[in-house]
Amino acid sequence: MNIVVLVKQVPDSGLARQLDAQLRVDRNGPNNVMGELDEYAVEAALQLKEAHGGEVTVLTLGPDQATETVRKTLAMGADKAVHISDEAAAGSDALATSKLLAAALGRLEWDLVIAGAESTDSGMGVMPHLLAARTGAAAATGARKIDVDGDTITVEHQRDNGYDVLTASLPAIVSVWDTINTPRYPSLKGIMAAKRKSVETLTAADLGVDPSEIGGDAAATEVLSATDRPERTAGQIVTDEGDGGRQLAAFLAAEKFI
Amino acid sequence: MADILVYVPESGKHAAEVLTLARSLGDVTAIAFDDQSTALASEYGAAKVYRVTADGVDDYFVEPKATILTDLARQAGPDAFLLPSTDEGKALAARLAVALDNGLLTDVTGLDAEGARQDIFAGATVTASKITKGFTLATVKAGATAAEPAPGEPAVEAVEVRVADADKRVRIAERVDEPAGDRPGLSEADVVVSGGRGVGSAEDFALIERVADALGGAVGASRAATDAGYYPHKFQVGQTGTTVSPQLYVAAGISGAIQHRAGMQTSKVIVAVNKDADAPIFGMADFGVVGDLFEVLPQVLEEAEKRK
Ligand SMILES: Cc1cc2nc3c(=O)[nH]c(=O)nc-3n(C[C@H](O)[C@H](O)[C@H](O)COP(=O)(O)OP(=O)(O)OC[C@H]3O[C@@H](n4cnc5c(N)ncnc54)[C@H](O)[C@@H]3O)c2cc1C
Ligand SMILES: Nc1ncnc2c1ncn2[C@@H]1O[C@H](COP(=O)(O)O)[C@@H](O)[C@H]1O
Repeated sequence: MNIVVLVKQVPDSGLARQLDAQLRVDRNGPNNVMGELDEYAVEAALQLKEAHGGEVTVLTLGPDQATETVRKTLAMGADKAVHISDEAAAGSDALATSKLLAAALGRLEWDLVIAGAESTDSGMGVMPHLLAARTGAAAATGARKIDVDGDTITVEHQRDNGYDVLTASLPAIVSVWDTINTPRYPSLKGIMAAKRKSVETLTAADLGVDPSEIGGDAAATEVLSATDRPERTAGQIVTDEGDGGRQLAAFLAAEKFI
Repeated sequence: MADILVYVPESGKHAAEVLTLARSLGDVTAIAFDDQSTALASEYGAAKVYRVTADGVDDYFVEPKATILTDLARQAGPDAFLLPSTDEGKALAARLAVALDNGLLTDVTGLDAEGARQDIFAGATVTASKITKGFTLATVKAGATAAEPAPGEPAVEAVEVRVADADKRVRIAERVDEPAGDRPGLSEADVVVSGGRGVGSAEDFALIERVADALGGAVGASRAATDAGYYPHKFQVGQTGTTVSPQLYVAAGISGAIQHRAGMQTSKVIVAVNKDADAPIFGMADFGVVGDLFEVLPQVLEEAEKRK
């Protein structure tokens, strides 16, 4: 079974992040990491490969420095990578991104595509369905569990108050939540082996996508303004010296919660 | 007047909020697949309802509804199409965007002539955006507006559709509901009492539950607590869990990492109990107690009992 994993490099969500002068996510900072949910997608792909054989190919769209993220997935155990890197793609919105990724998927042989449920920068959670709509593959998203049996895939789609069991025939596109597994760390051997693995770098032209359809100028959405939310400020903080609970209760009573 | 289409799934409060927001923008036409949604649309001021019947639509994931919504959008030519920001709402919006080659905005927290507001970077930054290609296609985050009823008698147009075989790619073989019990739902509760790693064990979450019950609230948890198995994942508050915006949020034994704050920082009143005076959660608390939650919370319970 051949699997393509979609990973996106993002600024670390645990640290301060910024928009640049063009109101795009600043990707030039030092704190870029693999999209935190994408690590679970890589792990899911590796586990399925271990169970069913085949090859895992990583696909990413992003600036040159996204190579670091690609290297990490190869070190975790992915077999090869395709990196779409093109100045013209900067500022692409979700629709344009999906055109490029779909074009790349069109050149690869795959039975299954695995993505993160959402990226941790723009966090739209729409890419898997955009790609399914473009490729005609089945989309079973938001998985907390994936099973493949022959050419049938079964997914537990996580909901707020339970889950749905989804079944489809391959080829399919799935996305995963962080409840699905525990991603492995790259081993030293993995890191060494990654150096010999193939990373194909492609431009929009290589993919037959017209540069006028991608990038900031072609975006179907526009950010008009951005403002920092005023930080919440601390109110009254007391140290418990035996009646902290009573003080808290008095506050809750004054606010009419008890 | 602008024409606004709204997809109304059965789920109550969130859909009511989207209808309320839509009403502030223009004449609302709701798309409903069952009687409950039709009733909700009438109660929240829709001028018109497409009441869709499509045999088997609920047996398949997303695609049948996406096709039906696309056809109705083509027919109605709206100025805006709003859906709730749920997994389903986002998936439907994505498919509408591709089918109609239309821009798309997700997790919108407000919408008016100035544009669509979105919280980014875990809520640290607020942006205003607009769609430059096509109509305003947006999914609206829970809690974006307060739902206000405006009962009316909308014109109901029956729409009968056959689900195409091409849309039967993903079958919903089984739906498993994990009942929330007697407590209010996490995203709808006025009070949320959350425990973190500091609670220390699944057994001790009973204390969090008792405080939640005393305050008539829902129980939440940090990711450290759900990862450790202290409490089920579906109660997780934060970036990869549920976003809550209650009147009162109580954080007990939670440090206040950015990803946790992302899910609760718009709460009206925030209260924290933590042993560590330097925990970031205190920086955003209206009232904080530096202390052991096992000492502080039982005292709160006692006092609450007294005041009943
Ligand atoms: C992609 C990504 C997504 C994430 N999504 C989420 C999310 O949705 N929700 C979320 O919560 N986190 C999320 N996280 C994790 C987040 O970064 C933190 O790790 C997590 O919130 C920490 O949980 P905690 O505060 O319970 O644990 P800790 O940070 O370990 O804090 C425990 C606190 O309890 C206090 N304490 C200990 N014992 C006691 C006691 N007896 N009485 C009082 N206080 C005590 C300690 O002083 C400490 O401050 C995410 C992380 C990533 C990378
Ligand atoms: N530029 C990209 N390159 C590769 N994969 C992506 C890209 N953008 C999004 N994805 C994948 O799609 C998922 C959902 O992204 P999003 O719709 O942006 O929240 C991510 O977790 C990735 O797996």
